[in-house]
Order: sequence, then C-alpha cells, then structure tokens
Amino acid sequence: MIEIIAERFNFVIVIILMMTGLYAVVATGNLVKRLVGLSLFQTSVFLLYITMGKVFGGQPPILPEYSEGHGENDAYAGEAAAAVTDHAAEAADIAESAASHGETVHHAAEAIYSNPLPHVLILTAIVVGVATLSVGLALVVRIRESYGTIEDEAINHADYAVDSARRNT
Amino acid sequence: MEFLASLLPASLVTHAPAIIVVTPLMMAAVAAIMPNGRLGWAVTLISTIVSALLALAIIVDVQTGGVVSYAMGGWAPPAGIEFRIDGLNAVLLMVIGALGLLSVIYALPSVADEIEEKKQSLFYSAFLVCFAGLIGVAITGDAFNMFVFLEISSISTYVLVGMGASSDRRALTAAYNYLVLGTIGATFFVIGVGFLYMATGTLNMADMATRLPDLSDSRVVQAAFAFIIVGLGLKAAMFPLHLWLPNAYAYAPNFVTSFLASTATKVAFYTLVRFLFDVFWPEAPFVEVSFLWVFAILGIIGMIVASVQAVFQDDARRLLAFSSVGQVGYMMLGLGMGTAAGLSAGMLHLINHSMMKGALFMALGAFAIRFGIRRISDLNGFARSMPFTSVAFTIGGLSLVGVPMTVGFWSKWYLGVAALENGWWWAVAALILSSLIALAYVARMLAAIWVAEPHHDKAGAIAHARAPWLMLGPLWVLAIANVWFFFQPDFLISMANAAAEAAFSGGAR
Repeated sequence: MIEIIAERFNFVIVIILMMTGLYAVVATGNLVKRLVGLSLFQTSVFLLYITMGKVFGGQPPILPEYSEGHGENDAYAGEAAAAVTDHAAEAADIAESAASHGETVHHAAEAIYSNPLPHVLILTAIVVGVATLSVGLALVVRIRESYGTIEDEAINHADYAVDSARRNT
Repeated sequence: MEFLASLLPASLVTHAPAIIVVTPLMMAAVAAIMPNGRLGWAVTLISTIVSALLALAIIVDVQTGGVVSYAMGGWAPPAGIEFRIDGLNAVLLMVIGALGLLSVIYALPSVADEIEEKKQSLFYSAFLVCFAGLIGVAITGDAFNMFVFLEISSISTYVLVGMGASSDRRALTAAYNYLVLGTIGATFFVIGVGFLYMATGTLNMADMATRLPDLSDSRVVQAAFAFIIVGLGLKAAMFPLHLWLPNAYAYAPNFVTSFLASTATKVAFYTLVRFLFDVFWPEAPFVEVSFLWVFAILGIIGMIVASVQAVFQDDARRLLAFSSVGQVGYMMLGLGMGTAAGLSAGMLHLINHSMMKGALFMALGAFAIRFGIRRISDLNGFARSMPFTSVAFTIGGLSLVGVPMTVGFWSKWYLGVAALENGWWWAVAALILSSLIALAYVARMLAAIWVAEPHHDKAGAIAHARAPWLMLGPLWVLAIANVWFFFQPDFLISMANAAAEAAFSGGAR
C-alpha cells in the first residue's frame, strides 16, 4: 500500500489539491473564496501536467553546450530508449543537429531530457487561468458594488426580494 | 456561393484557415481603441465579413477536395499545430460565419440601446475575441489548442454576459456562475487531454486517433474519455450540466444572447462529436455504452424536463433559454443513436436550431429595444404595434415546434426516421411529447402577442413602433431561411450528411 502511494506520490498530491479546490467551489457561499477554490483546482491540473513530463534521471531540456556535467549522462544512455517519450526523443534529435554544427561533444545526443512540452502547455494554461481569475474577480467587484455583499445567500435573497416586489405591483 | 468564393485571391485562400482566426483577433485590438461605438461596430462588421467570406472559401474547398489541412507556421503535424477542416466542421464554419455576420449587422441599434456609449467599442472588441475563439475551436485539429480556443471564447463570453448588468444586475451573478461552471468544464476537458497525452504521447487529434485503438483496455484512456465527456458536456449545456445557461441567456444583452444561442453551444456540441467519433471510435466498448446510457437517455430526459420548465417561465428570454437546453437534448439524442443517420439528423438540427433560435432571440431584442420588455405578459398585443417583428417571431416559434412549412419539421422528421431505424420507438414517443410541450410554451407567447389585449397604459405609446431596419433585416433573413429551407432542404441535408460521413470515416481509419 505504502509502496503504491510512494510510487505515485505526485498523483496523490494532485488528487488532494484537486478535491480541496472542487470542494471549496461547492461548499462556500463566499464568491471570492469560491474563486480561490477554482484556482486551486486549476493549479492541481498544472501539477498533473508538469509531473507527467518528468523523465527519471533526465536533465532540464537545455542545449548541452550551455549546461554543466553532460558527461554523466552516458550512464543513463541504456535507459534512454525506454524512458524517453516521443517528444523528448525529438528534443534530443534537435540537440543532436545543433551539437553537430558546433564543435562541442557529440555524445550530447545520448542525454536524457525531461519532456519540455507539458511545461509549454502549462505556460499557456497558466495564462488562461490568470485571465479567468481576473475576469472572475472583476465580476465580484461589480457584484459587491451593486449588491453590497459577496455572500451567495444574501445575493439570492436580494434578487428574490426584487422579483417578488415586481410581481406584486 | 462558388462565385463569391472564386473572387478571393488564391494566396488568401491557401492561408484562409489561419487568416480566418487571426483577422478577428487582430481587429479586436483595433476595435478596442476606436473612439466611439459606431466605429467599433464598423471594424467588427468588416472583420466578420472577411471571416465569413473566408469560411465560404474553405467550405467550397472542403466540398470539392475533401479535407483541408493547414500546418500552422509551416510546422508539419503531428508535432506542429494543425488546422484541419473536413465535412464535420465545415458545417460549424458555415453556422458561425453566417450567424456571426447576421448578429453583427443586428448589433448596432441593439448595442447602442443597451450598452453605455464609452464601453461600446470595448464591448465589440470582446465580441470579436469570442468570435475568433469559436472559429478556432471549430477548425483546430490539435486537442490542447482546442482547449485554448475554448477558453478564449469562454472568457470573453463571461464578459459579454456580464455587460447586461446595466439593464439587470442579475447579469453579474449569471456571468459569475457561468465563469465558475465553465472553468470547471474546461479544466475537466484539459485533464482528459492530459491523460490522452500520457497514453499516446501526442496532442494532434488525427494522430491520437491512430494510436488509441491499441490502448482500448487502458484505464487511463477510459478515464480520459469520462473527463472529456463531462467537460465538454458542461460547455454544451447537456441536460444535468446546463445550470449556467438559463440565467446567462436571460440577462445577457440581446445581441449577445442571439449570437451565443445560435453558435456557442453548437460549437461545444461539435467538439463532443469530434471526440466521440474521431478521436475515440464509436466501436469502442466504453463509447458504445455511453451512446445509449449517457447521450440518448440524458438527451431525452433533458428535452422533456427542460421543456416543462420552459412552460412555467414568466420571462420570455428565460423561457427560450430553457427551450435551448431542451433542443440540445434533441442533438444529443441524434448523437446517441450512434448511427450515421442519427448523427446526420443531429447535425441538421444543429443548423436548424441556430436559425430558429437566432430569429427568436433577435425578435425579442427588437421588442425590447422599443419598450425594454422581458416578461411574456408584456408582449400583449404586440402584433398590432410591431407586425413585422411579430410575424418573424411567429415563424421562428412555429419552426421551434416543428410545424410543417418550417425547417424545424425536417429536424424532427429525420430524428424520428433515424430513431425508427434503430428500433427506438420510445425515442419517437419522447420526440412527439417534447414537441407538444414546445407547442405549449410557444403558444403561450404567441397568444400574448396575437390574441391578448394591449396594456391600456401603453396603448398610445405603441401605435407607431417599428424596429430599426438594421434589426429587421437579419431577423427577416433568418425567418425566411426557416421557411425557404423547408422547401429546398437538399442543401442543408447534404451538408449534414457530409458531416456525419466525415465523422464516421474519421473513425474508420
């Protein structure tokens, strides 16, 4: 049991964060707290993506002539075929072509890289998340201005009062 | 149509899939800095005309040559982002292009009436972003890119809905709730895409489709399927996930409602079809189970429950919004049949529904611009004061019920035929029941307009009221289209059949 959890430690964290966020969205009546929950929920997905890009023993995906200690990578070369995903392999190809042009070492092609693609995707998703959060907060500000409260129940009450007053006239 | 498309220069047509998205995005920035609403509207009109023409060019291309594939930035798929248009999304391009253009023409008087002068150009800018996002969702062939476009259109939609606050502050809470639910939906979708990426190592949808059948036993793929269906179902307002829709449609500015009602949920429905039939494949055990037990059953419950809810609404726009939820149920039922005939009927209803709901919401907006009315009882006696708008509204309403002589009849006819092919007599019974309920709520509004006595205090005021030409024009185009395509349905049916065929051949591999 412990082993299963330890092997999938990142998923445990992601699930805990995700459920905390989702619960906060559902459970609270405070509009700002609800947005906090929503952000937490989104952040857990960012973590999910970023952790899946990790290749064990892999370096950051940076061209080797700029990084230190690429020589160690020979030890991992055997594992590379199994561990590297398609895109990491592509990254390695690019590194190879880059390295062959320069006068740097040629075994850089055997380096193991973490998959950079999820990071790039999440960069976009973070921007989307920030935009959503800011629109949400702007709406909360406007709600506060016109209702004088940011509690869900009070807002519903105010709307109901207006509606029934209109019906009676 | 071919003639119009042939006028465009060839180089423009080659890059049409990119330009069609980029034009409204760039023009959104231009519209934002315009000093007044009129200029902002002009910029919006120009860029929607450009997009509609390019959409036409792409559709003609698809009809002659099959699949149009455009590698963004020259990076070949699957590594690069691919824009890919086949018969399925050609339908969506047509709907967004045509309805977008008509709603923009309609927008000028409506927006001038409802939005503060200094916010108008920003309002148009947000609309253009939304328009670009919807087109992007419709034509992209990359799963993550689809998420980004989905969010581009959604975030600007929240803003557009919230702009209704100047006439009713409930627009703010409606936009807020839409934001929370829409974000949860999009995040579910992105979790599903992440799982698919884990399983297949690619984000290109066509590439994913070739790799997935080997992984049909994988729990990761099945979880991805569930997440994607829930996420996109939320965006498409599939029955139990529709709670954001009624308020958002009821309190948004009229122009926004008529645009969203005819495009936004349709695009989300298309993404569902794309994932069910192309990325996943209809023969997969978990997909096959979902057809009957998720889409058909929930679709039927939706079209009955939401229609009943619609009958009891006081607010005319809320009534139509609930009816929209019911109409999404029809499309889901068509999709849930899992046959080419069913899907084709669903796509046909998608096109038809965008025409009838567009006409209905535009007519309500035309009523509102003179008198600011919302409630059904306020519509009393409008046939006398605004006969042109009332007749168009009536045509839209009858089409919604599915009366012969209107295009809504064909939707229900083909849905019924497809259901009988499957031996689903209960689906046909549900179709008839739901149409009868639709008749009840449409009759309520029509009775108020045609039969009821006008309110006395307004009798003097409504003697000579006519909506502006810019509103009547698009409204009547849609109303006439509703009748025209009953007599000449071949074009729409061939589009819908091509869509279903493309969806299935994409799945066959």
